[in-house]
Amino acid sequence: MQSVHIVSAYDEELKFLAKRIAAMGGHAERMVEQAVAALVSADQDLAQKVIRDDIVLDEGQREIDDKAILIIARRQPMATDLREIVGAIRISADLERVGDLGKNVAKRVMSVTDGREATSLYRGLEALANLALIQLKDVLDVYASRSVEKIGIVRDRDEQIDAMYTSLFRELLTYMMEDPRNITSCTHLLFCAKNIERIGDHATNIAETIYYIVTGDQLPAERPKEDKTDRVVVQQPEVVK
Amino acid sequence: MSDVTGEDRRSGTSLPVRLWEARWYLLAGLAAVLVAYGFGPGRAWALPLAVLLLFAALFSAKPRAVRIAEKAGEVDAAGLQRLSGEYLAAAVADPLIIFDRNTTVVHANAAAFVAFGGMSPGLSLPLKFRAPEMQALLDSVVSGRVASDALDYLEKLPVERVYRVSASSVGHGTELFVLVFKDQSEARRIDRMRADFIANASHELRTPLASIAGFIETLRGPARNDAAAREQFLQIMQNQTSRMARLIDDLLSLSRLEMKPYLKSGARVDLRQTLESVIDSLSPLARDSNLVVERDFAEGPLDVPGDRDELFQVFENLLENACKYGQAGGRVAVSVARSQAGPEPTVDVTIRDFGPGIAEEHIPRITERFYRVDVETSRAQKGTGLGLSIVKHILTRHHARMSIRSELGNGAAFTVHLPAN
Repeated sequence: MQSVHIVSAYDEELKFLAKRIAAMGGHAERMVEQAVAALVSADQDLAQKVIRDDIVLDEGQREIDDKAILIIARRQPMATDLREIVGAIRISADLERVGDLGKNVAKRVMSVTDGREATSLYRGLEALANLALIQLKDVLDVYASRSVEKIGIVRDRDEQIDAMYTSLFRELLTYMMEDPRNITSCTHLLFCAKNIERIGDHATNIAETIYYIVTGDQLPAERPKEDKTDRVVVQQPEVVK
Repeated sequence: MSDVTGEDRRSGTSLPVRLWEARWYLLAGLAAVLVAYGFGPGRAWALPLAVLLLFAALFSAKPRAVRIAEKAGEVDAAGLQRLSGEYLAAAVADPLIIFDRNTTVVHANAAAFVAFGGMSPGLSLPLKFRAPEMQALLDSVVSGRVASDALDYLEKLPVERVYRVSASSVGHGTELFVLVFKDQSEARRIDRMRADFIANASHELRTPLASIAGFIETLRGPARNDAAAREQFLQIMQNQTSRMARLIDDLLSLSRLEMKPYLKSGARVDLRQTLESVIDSLSPLARDSNLVVERDFAEGPLDVPGDRDELFQVFENLLENACKYGQAGGRVAVSVARSQAGPEPTVDVTIRDFGPGIAEEHIPRITERFYRVDVETSRAQKGTGLGLSIVKHILTRHHARMSIRSELGNGAAFTVHLPAN
């Protein structure tokens, strides 16, 4: 992106892609932030706003796709430029998914408003969302500054998100065991937690794409899978007869 | 500025200067007299000519005053012209960013570096400030639709900050624009602190308060004349009130920390000396719990940038926890080592106990406010549920991380990774 081409319009086009990605990123960050805020404070209006905002990201992705295809067709890009363009397509797809996940969290706000007794659950969800959002912010900051040496931390944090998700999963199961009336809201919260965890995964994907754009190498595949919810079992408390 | 100096000059003028300034009036008057008398009454056009000359003198005197004012202005402008934008930006205490028509950073002052990091020239601004309203602000100023505009910009993570941002065009053919951030976090945080404090405090204070109210009722009713029960109940009530006091202290110290998101830059803390004084201050607790504190410090100087009082509180909270929950192990180990594992060198302080340890599912969550692994043990150990969230908050301010390793039955190790530079 920093290199100068003979045709200055080409540079302009590449810059346009980067700016559009950043704008999408800003929207995605805002949507997730507001979706979680709406969930925690049971704010229906804010949730509706988030649902309406999703269209901006869909449009952004379509625009980037069109533009990128046009650039490839017209300029026959090579090396860094080609990676930059293909990377933009991939990142915009990831951001669009982040927006969808945020929208899904917002949609569930309506269903969990009754039965809000477990404040610690909401604190946990908020903490999980904060981790995912810091992850997203750091990744997009790296996209701006191109300092790929910071990507290692992003991966570390993905592990923290997974561990936190596992813990919330267990807590939700416990609440459901305690009282079947909690099942409705807890199931929705479980999906919300899963969505937020997925946002962290998309952020990690973006980090890998950025690493590829800048260095031309794939980030070594050393990601340990920390999601242990597939093995979480909560024992039924013994019934005293 | 130039107005003031001009006025000063005028008020302080001496008689010769005043005569010199009025020289045109005097000359014109002289000319009029000469014309009127020298050419005699026979010439009818002489008097109108004299009047005309007088008017001409009046008008020529006026630009003179303007010229003086201009000259005064020039004296000041000479210094201003030499002043580079860079020096001016450096003298501004608020974050200030100068950018060009492509919204690329041309210059960012030191305050902007501290607040946002990585604001090097060449960075594209919309990539860094991605919030939709910031994008709109940058766009509207650069496109020339408005000369200047302002908005409130909120950054939630990692620490909450609120700025009043104003963007404006420098103009005068420079094609440059400037973005100034005015920090308003404090006002905002006072509001939030109030709301948070009420939410947290009312929830957590209700339990001890309910228990005290219950005992008072019993003391006035059934146990009115029971001396033994009275003594026992009063003891419980005292425990509950001291718990409430501790809770309020912790909440206040957390809120105070949230009030000031930045650290004073430049100060360095000697970890060796800080840790020694933490260990000293907690030695009575360690003695009561029959614990030996072991030290394993790396050689050489161990100083990191930071705030001594805050880091003292971090290690105090961690060591206090280790003493409280690791009693069974008989010892607590404090070690300091330098590490190059991350992207930048860190100094790692590990506080390890050999108690029952923490179950895996709790580890990610123990830094949340009021999260307790075991409510009963925590109450018995006079915990408030805030110690680790204070630790986490301070470490975020220090750009440090904390990692927790623990296995049930094998104790727990809390490692603080502090950036060395």
